Amino acid sequence: MKDPSEALHSAPVDPMTTHPVTVRKVIWENDDTFTLTLDMNEAFEKFSFLPGQFNMLYVFGVGEAAISISSDPVKINTIEHTIHRVGTVTAALAHMKKGNVIGVRGPYGAGWNLDAAKGKDVCIATGGIGLAPLRPVIYSLLKNRDDYGRIVILYGGRSPLDLLFRVELEKWEDEENIEVLVTVDRADSSWKGHIGVVTSLLSYIKLDTRNTIAYVCGPEIMMKYTIDELVRRGLSDEQVFLSMERNMKCAVGFCGHCQYGPTFICKDGPVFPLPRIRSLLDRKEL
Amino acid sequence: MEKENLTDLLKQHPFLHNVSDEHMQTLIGCASNVRFPDNAYLIREGELANKFFLIRTGRVALEIDVPGKAVLRIQTAGPGEVLGWSWLISPYRWHFSGVAVMDTRAIALDAECLRNKCETDPAFGYEMLKRLALVMEKRLEATRLQLLDLYDMTPSGATS
Amino acid sequence: MYLIENKDLEQLFVTLRRKGFILVGPTVKDGAIILDEIFSSENLPKGWTDIQSPASYRLERRSDDALFGYVVGPQSWKNFLYPPRLKLFSAKKNGKSFTVETNHKAPPPKYAFIGVRPCELSALKIHDEVFYDGKFADAFYSDARKQTFIVAVNCTEPGGNCFCASMNTGPRAIPPCGTFDISLTEMIDVGTHHFILEVGSEAGEKIVNEAEHRDATPQEIERMVETMASAATSMGKSLDTKNIAQLLNDNVEHPEWDDVGKRCMACANCTMVCPTCFCSTVEDVTDLTGEHAERWRRWDSCFTSDFTKVAGGNMRMSTRTRYRQWMMHKLGYWHEQFGTSGCVGCGRCITWCPVGIDITQEAKVIRESSVVQET
Repeated sequence: MKDPSEALHSAPVDPMTTHPVTVRKVIWENDDTFTLTLDMNEAFEKFSFLPGQFNMLYVFGVGEAAISISSDPVKINTIEHTIHRVGTVTAALAHMKKGNVIGVRGPYGAGWNLDAAKGKDVCIATGGIGLAPLRPVIYSLLKNRDDYGRIVILYGGRSPLDLLFRVELEKWEDEENIEVLVTVDRADSSWKGHIGVVTSLLSYIKLDTRNTIAYVCGPEIMMKYTIDELVRRGLSDEQVFLSMERNMKCAVGFCGHCQYGPTFICKDGPVFPLPRIRSLLDRKEL
Repeated sequence: MEKENLTDLLKQHPFLHNVSDEHMQTLIGCASNVRFPDNAYLIREGELANKFFLIRTGRVALEIDVPGKAVLRIQTAGPGEVLGWSWLISPYRWHFSGVAVMDTRAIALDAECLRNKCETDPAFGYEMLKRLALVMEKRLEATRLQLLDLYDMTPSGATS
Repeated sequence: MYLIENKDLEQLFVTLRRKGFILVGPTVKDGAIILDEIFSSENLPKGWTDIQSPASYRLERRSDDALFGYVVGPQSWKNFLYPPRLKLFSAKKNGKSFTVETNHKAPPPKYAFIGVRPCELSALKIHDEVFYDGKFADAFYSDARKQTFIVAVNCTEPGGNCFCASMNTGPRAIPPCGTFDISLTEMIDVGTHHFILEVGSEAGEKIVNEAEHRDATPQEIERMVETMASAATSMGKSLDTKNIAQLLNDNVEHPEWDDVGKRCMACANCTMVCPTCFCSTVEDVTDLTGEHAERWRRWDSCFTSDFTKVAGGNMRMSTRTRYRQWMMHKLGYWHEQFGTSGCVGCGRCITWCPVGIDITQEAKVIRESSVVQET
C-alpha cells in the first residue's frame, strides 16, 4: 500500500480537467457508428497509449463519455475513437465535423497484455463495437508479426452493413498472414458468409488450445458464452483476457460508479485477465 | 472401392465421431456422396424432408421466405456440421430452405432408409437420436443468442 | 498526558483562531447536533446528549454541563473536506475552440476540526486512502486535508447505535485510528470538570503550550483509562467482523437481500450520512448563452436508479441488488480496495434510515443462516 501521507505533501495533478483538441476527420462506419480522428499535438506534448486504454471525450457543455482508443499506438500525432451513437454525449459527438473542437483527458485504464501472447497463437473474439478497442492490438501484433504464431480474428456483427473496418480486415487477411472469420446474426441473400453467433466460428478453426491466448471484447453475454466455449475447448482461464464496461464519470477511481465487485473498471480494468473476475461474471446484477 | 471411400468420409465427419463399426455398417447403406454448386438448393421449405446432410466442405445458408419481405438468411452450416432434422420428426417436411453459398460437398443420408433402420435397430436409433439432440441443443443455444439481438444498443433513456 | 481545566479550554480556541484556523465543531441547531463554523467553546452543545436508535434521533438535556456528552450527528467531516458540491472547472468558448480555467486559484480552507470522534478519525484515514491512489489525487481534498488541525474527543458514553469497538475504531483515539493533533477526554463529576489531554503532533504541542495546563497525575490518567475501558464495553450495538468479506461473497443470493430489499426505500440517507461513502457524479452545465460551461462534482449514491446505467441497460436494476452492493462494498470489497473495512461503526446509517435498517442486524442474519457454515 502506498503511503497516503505522500499525497498530502505533493502537488497532485488535477485529473478532471479536459484538454481541447481538434477533429481532423470523421468517417461513418455504419448508420450509427463513426470514427473521429483527433489531433493530439495541440494539447499534449507526446500523447501515447496502450492498446485497450480509453479517453474521456468531452463535448462543450454537454458532458463526457468513456471511449476506447481504436487507432494504431505507433501513430502519435493523431488518434482515433470509434464511437457508437447511443446516448446524449455520443449523439453530440456524432455532430462533430472536421475543424470542431472537443475535450480529451486520458489515457486511462489497464490495457491488453500483449506480452502474454509472445511466442503463442492469438485468438481475437469480438462482436459489434468490440472490434474497436481490439484494433490497436491487431496493429501491434502485426507490427511484430514474427513474435506471434497464428493470429485468428473471429468477428460478429448484427448484419453485413453493421460490420466495422471490413476493408482493413480483408487487407490484413490478404497481406499479413492472419485468419479472419466474420459472421452476422442475419442477412439477405446477397451475403455469402457465415450467419450465426461468434461462438459458432470456433467450430471451423482448430485452435492449439494449450498455446493460444484469447482476447475477448463485446456485449457481456457474448463474452460469457465465448469464454465458456473457449474453456470447453481446452483453454485455461489464465489464457483469456476480456474488456469490461460500466458507467463511468470520473475515470480515475473516485466517483465509484464503475465498481464491479471489488474492482474499479476504470483503473483495475477495463481489460482483465479472466481469473481476476471469474467469480464475478456468474453473479447477477453485480 | 467407392463404398470404402464413403466409409472413410463418414468416419471423418464429427457427427459420426466414435460411432461403432457395427452402426457404421448400418448407416452406409443409406449414404451417398453429393455435391452442390454455388446457389444450388439442398432443401426447400415445405417439401418432403427425405434427406439428412453431413456437410463436408463449403457452406449452406438457411433461408426463410417471409411473404412481402425479402428472403432472410438466418444461419449457416459449414464443414463438420449437419443440415436438417425434420426428416426424423413427423410430418417430415422442411421448415426452411437450404442453399449452397459456395461449392459444397456433403454426404446425403436417405431419410426413409435411416428411419427404417432406427425402427428396426433401437440401439442404432438411440445413438442417432443422442447425436441429433446434441446438434439441436447447440443450434437452439446459438439461436437464443441471435434472438437477443446483442449488438442492438437502442437506449432506454441512456445518458451518455 | 496533560490535564486542562474546563475553564481554560477556551484558550485553545482563542489560539487556533488567532493562528488563522476556521473552527468547525458540533453545535445545536434545529433539534440536532450538526457541524458548523464555531467561534468559542460557548457554541458547543453544553449539557446536551443524543438518544439514538434505529430510525430515531432525539436531543435531551443532561443533568451536567458536559461539552461533549453526545456522539455523532447526521453530518461528518466529509462535508468539509469533500463538499457536497464542488466546481471542478469553468470553460469558455473561444471561436471554434474553448479554454478551461481550473478552480484552484482560491487558497484551500484552513480548518480546525473540534470534537472529532475516534470513529471519525478512522473515517478521515480511510478517505486519505481513497482520494489518493498513487496516481491520481483529489486536489481539493489533499490541499485542505494537509493543513487541517484536529482536536479529537474520546467517547466516554457510546451511543445507542454505536459499534466502533467491533470495528476497532474507538471509543478511544489510539492506533489503528487515524492521527490527531490534540485529543481530549472529558472527565466530569460533581465538583470537577476537566479534560485529559494527549498531544499527537508538534503542531498540537504548540497550541497546547499557549493554554493553561499541567501534567495529569497517575490517578487522573488511570481514571481516564478506566472510563474508556468501560466505554468500550457499553456499545449500543456490535458487529462480528470475522471473515466478513468471505461471508458476504458466499451469500450473494441469500434470501435476506430480498427481505431488506423490500424494506429499503433507496432514499440514500445512509450514503449521505456515512463518513466514508465517497461516490460522486460529474455534471457538465452551460449558461443560457452556451458560451460558458462549468463542470461540477456533487455527491451521488449507489442507491440511485441511474447509478449503473450503461448503453443497453441498467446493471443493478432493483433496490435489492443496490442494497447488497452498498453493504458488500462497505464491509467486504473495501478490504480488497483499500486494505481496511469501509465501516467505522458510527451507527449513523442506522439512526438516519427512515425504516431503521440496521447493518449490524443484517450482517448477523446472514452470518447465522449462511449458505456456507463455518467449521
